Amino acid sequence: MSQAKTTYLRIDRLFKRFGSFEALKDVSFTIDNGEFICFLGPSGCGKTTLLRAIAGLDVQTSGRIEQAGRDISVLPPSERDFGIVFQSYALFPNLTVRDNVAYGLVSRRAGRAAIEQRVAELLQLVGLPDSGPKYPAQLSGGQQQRIAVARALATSPGLLLLDEPLSALDARVRVRLRYEIKSLQRRLGITTVMVTHDQEEALTMADRIVVMNHGVIEQIGTPMEIYRRPATPFVADFVGAMNFLDGAIAGDRKVRFGGALLDCPSAEGIPAGAPVKICLRPEDVAVRNLGSGTPNRVSVSIADMVFYGSFCRASLKGEGGGEITADFSNNLMRDLGLAVGQRLEVALPPDRILAFRAA
Amino acid sequence: MASLEALAAAPLKRKVSRDDVTLGAGLGVLAAWLVVSVALPLWTLLSKSFQDRDGGFNGVANYVEYFANPSLSQSIWNSVWVSLLAAAITIVLAFVYAYGLTRSCMRGKSAFRMLALIPILAPSLLPAISFIYLFGNQGILKNWLFGLEIYGPLGIVLAEVFYCFPHAVMILVTALATADGRLYEAAEALGASRLRIFFTVTLPGIRYGAISAVFVVFTLVITDFGIPKVIGGKFNVLATDVYKQVIGQQNFEMGAVVGMVLLVPALLSFVADRLVQRRQVAQLTARAVPLEPKPDPLYDWGMFAFCAVVAGMLLGVIGMAGWASLIKFWPYNLSLTLDNYAFANADAAGWSSYFNSLQMAAAAAAFGTFIVFVGAYSVEKSRAFALARAVSQFLAMLPLAVPGLVLGLSYIFFFNDPRNPLVFLYGTLTILVINTVAHFYTVSHLTALTALKQIDPEFEAVSASLKVPILKTFWRVTVPVCLPSIIDVFIYLFVNAMTTVSAVIFLYSTDNKLAAVAVVNMEDNGNTSAAAAMAMMIVITSAAVKLLQAAVSTVVVRRTQAWRRR
Ligand SMILES: Nc1ncnc2c1ncn2[C@@H]1O[C@H](COP(=O)(O)OP(=O)(O)O)[C@@H](O)[C@H]1O
Ligand SMILES: [Mg+2]
Repeated sequence: MSQAKTTYLRIDRLFKRFGSFEALKDVSFTIDNGEFICFLGPSGCGKTTLLRAIAGLDVQTSGRIEQAGRDISVLPPSERDFGIVFQSYALFPNLTVRDNVAYGLVSRRAGRAAIEQRVAELLQLVGLPDSGPKYPAQLSGGQQQRIAVARALATSPGLLLLDEPLSALDARVRVRLRYEIKSLQRRLGITTVMVTHDQEEALTMADRIVVMNHGVIEQIGTPMEIYRRPATPFVADFVGAMNFLDGAIAGDRKVRFGGALLDCPSAEGIPAGAPVKICLRPEDVAVRNLGSGTPNRVSVSIADMVFYGSFCRASLKGEGGGEITADFSNNLMRDLGLAVGQRLEVALPPDRILAFRAA
Repeated sequence: MASLEALAAAPLKRKVSRDDVTLGAGLGVLAAWLVVSVALPLWTLLSKSFQDRDGGFNGVANYVEYFANPSLSQSIWNSVWVSLLAAAITIVLAFVYAYGLTRSCMRGKSAFRMLALIPILAPSLLPAISFIYLFGNQGILKNWLFGLEIYGPLGIVLAEVFYCFPHAVMILVTALATADGRLYEAAEALGASRLRIFFTVTLPGIRYGAISAVFVVFTLVITDFGIPKVIGGKFNVLATDVYKQVIGQQNFEMGAVVGMVLLVPALLSFVADRLVQRRQVAQLTARAVPLEPKPDPLYDWGMFAFCAVVAGMLLGVIGMAGWASLIKFWPYNLSLTLDNYAFANADAAGWSSYFNSLQMAAAAAAFGTFIVFVGAYSVEKSRAFALARAVSQFLAMLPLAVPGLVLGLSYIFFFNDPRNPLVFLYGTLTILVINTVAHFYTVSHLTALTALKQIDPEFEAVSASLKVPILKTFWRVTVPVCLPSIIDVFIYLFVNAMTTVSAVIFLYSTDNKLAAVAVVNMEDNGNTSAAAAMAMMIVITSAAVKLLQAAVSTVVVRRTQAWRRR
């Protein structure tokens, strides 16, 4: 079934101050029905503050929040419609899993049988059908996390809020649960906001990512957009590995890097002579199939290489100056017999390089 | 420009929810309670000290009179040097004892740990009575003193050391237990001698704990009333002066002045202790490695001997009172009897004082635990009402800095004022309950706050998102999770209500005399053996309650706290 794309949550000009400190500065965006949104940014950038404003736990200093067409800006959490999972899970330790999941159902005066059925259904949904009589302390971290999700979903809220739900788990469990949460969200079609400082988590799970820094939104976009076309140097730096090469604009859509003159469509509009940072992902440094017509060729030598398992990260010294980091797959290394000290030609593909005016 | 506009406007306020109302009500009850039981009485005391006998304002005249009277101001010096001496002796003994408990491999550590706490079960009157039996005019060890007089500073200091010992040991054990083993390993690796390590690592490491212990003991001694009352003889100290001025001479204004003077050292040490504790917190990093003492027979047995002697003396003091309470006619007829426990022979109130104490202690523990937890929860969880929260926090800390005598005195002034609508409480058991809860409020409040801070701060957020009223979550989750602390606070209040005398000495009436007050009265009238017997009843009751707590906790924990097990 295809759902009409309608706006579910509208954040409009949100500010939040703690004393004289501004934790959120003019934050606006919208979330569509059924979307999975990640707030991504370094620790302390205001992700949790924004999530808590949406939940009504800490009301914004100014600005408007609309959920499903209703102005909820100043409503207390109990009058909003959401389920929430915290980093600590906040499971009630003295209640069984069953009582935890049923906690919000009991107060709605549903019949006993209906409650039991709903609890069973939820435990089934999160893949822990037999855990009902256990206490939270008897479950592993990953299991606790899933119970917390089940509890948050029990009352069928319209919005699911997750604050770093995976960061307390070890790496393996984290990767598995990413997938589980995402597929659960798809099945239920519930609009979801997840806070994370882990870019991989955001890239793999989100429909769209809101990248934040110092209380402002740096960029909003699909994972691919964020990765491929970071809108600011901050995003370029924060998401994935990135070269920041010193260069200068040398005419229309041309930048000078070391001795080379590079085609750079993204430099459009920056005045000639302006210093720029040229951004390029290490894996985008091209080595194979370079012909005489290949633009942006640079002669380099391999200064150093570090083995990362599935690839090698190489430090390349440009002959005209400058240093470029490049990732070479094991395949490539073998085929070309790359080694430290070797000289080679690489290309910096024009559609993959981004120029930002240097600050 | 639009952003400036947005910031200039008044910040948004969340619509008031049912939970806000609930917490606000809790906060209101707490604030009202603290204002009535702490703030207003102390305020009345303060103003009384600036009034003449007819209630007119006379500035600092009372203070001038006080300091001009050498027999009164002499007490300040007496109080100070006795307290310093007692604190010094207590700290030295407690330090070695605590050192043995934490830094040696001697046998019987857990037994020694328990024995060190025994004095807490007794009213401070008990060691004073015991020392009279040991070294008094008819004491069995009188000639050990080579003619020195036990009635006076000597007796006060000895009894105070007994009374304060557990408090000092607890603080020092905590300080010594939080050592970082890596420092010691490093010092040893560098070839430092044991002595050098002691002076360069150990002592600096516990300096805050030691300072804190000195302040706590100094305050305990200078504000204690029971010991100087019983064994002080003609040696005047501040605490007994308050009593004499108010009860003996009915000079309330001068009593208020002495009370204010007594408040100064207590307040000072309270402030100093807070500062010291704040610095101590930062000392231990998360990566510290606990120090494991290594066996060393000579040293370990040396420590054992020391601890055994100290613990033996603690037991000896209690035992002396116990034995004396069973003696027919000290020191002429040493055959055993229970006659001294027929209190009606020594005091008109008889056994009723004891039962009053039980009743008062149970009521104070029940009511106190309730208000303490509801109050601490409201302070901890509410976000609105910042002013009420700040005021409540301050007033909740205040009782720790107010000596019981001063609090008791302030209650006379406040509750015995015919203009006060609460005057009907004066002379009832209720006012004793109120006074006792207020007197011991701070430690209870801090215990509750600590327990509440240890549970997940997001329970309330989760419950709001699930539309469950906060009161229900408090009852279903917070209370069960905090149950061990709730029991602790209950027992703390109960035992203190049984043993305290300083505050209630001003407030009891003949209909509701308390056991500890009866001890003072009977001792005053020369019925020392009956006083010893009543003091023993208090010890036995406190000990029984503690044992009961241990038993109940085990059962309750097994029954209701299955979730704590993995
Ligand atoms: N209650 C508060 N009082 C003062 N400052 C706060 C408070 N809550 C958060 N902050 C500050 O606001 C900033 C954003 O915090 P937060 O939203 O928790 O960051 P994160 O992106 O890591 O979730 C941080 O600098 C934090 O110190
Ligand atoms: Mg956060």
